[in-house]
Amino acid sequence: MAHEHKLEIFRGLLKFKSNTQKIWGVLIFLTIVTIIEVVLGIIKPEFLMGYVLGMKALNWIFIILTIVKAYYITWDFMHMRDETKGLRRAVVWTGIFLILYLVFILLQEGGYVFRVYDQGYIKTDF
Amino acid sequence: MSTTVVNAGQDNQTWAGGNEPLKASYGKMMMWFFIVSDALTFSGFLAAYGFSRFKFIDSWPIADEVFTHFPFLHGVDAPMYYVAFMTFVLIMSSVTMVLAVDAGHHLNKSKVTIYMFLTIIGGLIFVGSQAWEWNTFIKGEYGAVKTKGGNILQFVDTEGHRVALKDFVVANPDSERVQQERKNGLWFVSEGTLPSYTIEEVLHGLEAHDNVLVRTQTLTEEGAKTVLSREASINQIKLNGLKVVEGANLQENEYGSPLFADFFFFITGFHGFHVFSGVILNIIIFFNVVVGTYERRRSYEMVEKVGLYWHFVDLVWVFVFTFFYLV
Repeated sequence: MAHEHKLEIFRGLLKFKSNTQKIWGVLIFLTIVTIIEVVLGIIKPEFLMGYVLGMKALNWIFIILTIVKAYYITWDFMHMRDETKGLRRAVVWTGIFLILYLVFILLQEGGYVFRVYDQGYIKTDF
Repeated sequence: MSTTVVNAGQDNQTWAGGNEPLKASYGKMMMWFFIVSDALTFSGFLAAYGFSRFKFIDSWPIADEVFTHFPFLHGVDAPMYYVAFMTFVLIMSSVTMVLAVDAGHHLNKSKVTIYMFLTIIGGLIFVGSQAWEWNTFIKGEYGAVKTKGGNILQFVDTEGHRVALKDFVVANPDSERVQQERKNGLWFVSEGTLPSYTIEEVLHGLEAHDNVLVRTQTLTEEGAKTVLSREASINQIKLNGLKVVEGANLQENEYGSPLFADFFFFITGFHGFHVFSGVILNIIIFFNVVVGTYERRRSYEMVEKVGLYWHFVDLVWVFVFTFFYLV
């Protein structure tokens, strides 16, 4: 059973000699990203508290970094990088499409309910 | 390494059977499909959390103020350090898992054994940490007052630091109220644990301490909680105070909206359950490795399959971490 791994990350910017080496490389990268997230979460820099597209810039950074982490966990730890295009798309596109759809609907609805409480006549909190 | 599929293809006919267009074994592919459906379950939970949070966007608890504890460091304000540690433990155990898979490809039994063992240890540390988080969350630290409308009022000093109820409220020793159990009062009717203080005692304590103010759940423009003036504080407790809330359960919690604790218990609980079952699966596979099942099979694919599940658990935690603790 041949197991060929693609040994480069960052679109070929970083090449590893063996699969084990790549695993440690990805670990270092994920650790750096987590540290950045925690540090930003604790100091909360003032200049990132402005709103971009309806959400705090800091929160956008957190979400983007999370997706970056998810990408490397799936691609390198779960070996998605070595799977065929068909399997990759069947898993990733299905998930992303359904999740975005659900998140959009629920957040939209949540915002609407908030405005009903905020501006409407209902004053009950439950 | 197909042990069951007989290659029935004759003369390389495409539809004659035995083709693997995705070049993945049956077991691995089914694990991927399970992961997709499980990912949808978790996103359902997280999206529901987002819904409730958007619904109460101007009064949702601030996570850094809730999760400030670190084991063995009492009274030290350590927002999120412990959760960051837990995240690191889980990523680390993901790494040992992928190293086990890699060693399996080289049919290196002793290395697979060591790495599987380390993965199990990492999983156990994580589940233990989560139990500790739950315990701290349920016990609570400061205590709060619930209003008749169901909102939570917390206490701060004039500098805005949180003040615990026990620091300014004195329990009246002559208080007649005892907890009703099944054996006394009305038969077979009982009630939950009584809070340490009554609302009258809180009011006395507040009136006696000039430097204590009430903090409501409403967020200001800057994203901090609103602190009331001295008269408004006393008025609020006098007119709206219903009972003292200490810690958290599914009905009420001292941190704010009841939904916050509900989602905390449900989402981290469901994730913890996944980690727990992952540890069990890892232990089973570990013993199979030790007794040499995969050595005889000349294939460590089972390690790879259970590894996929384990990485998925890590993946979910990355999202829970972001949406529960950071955003």
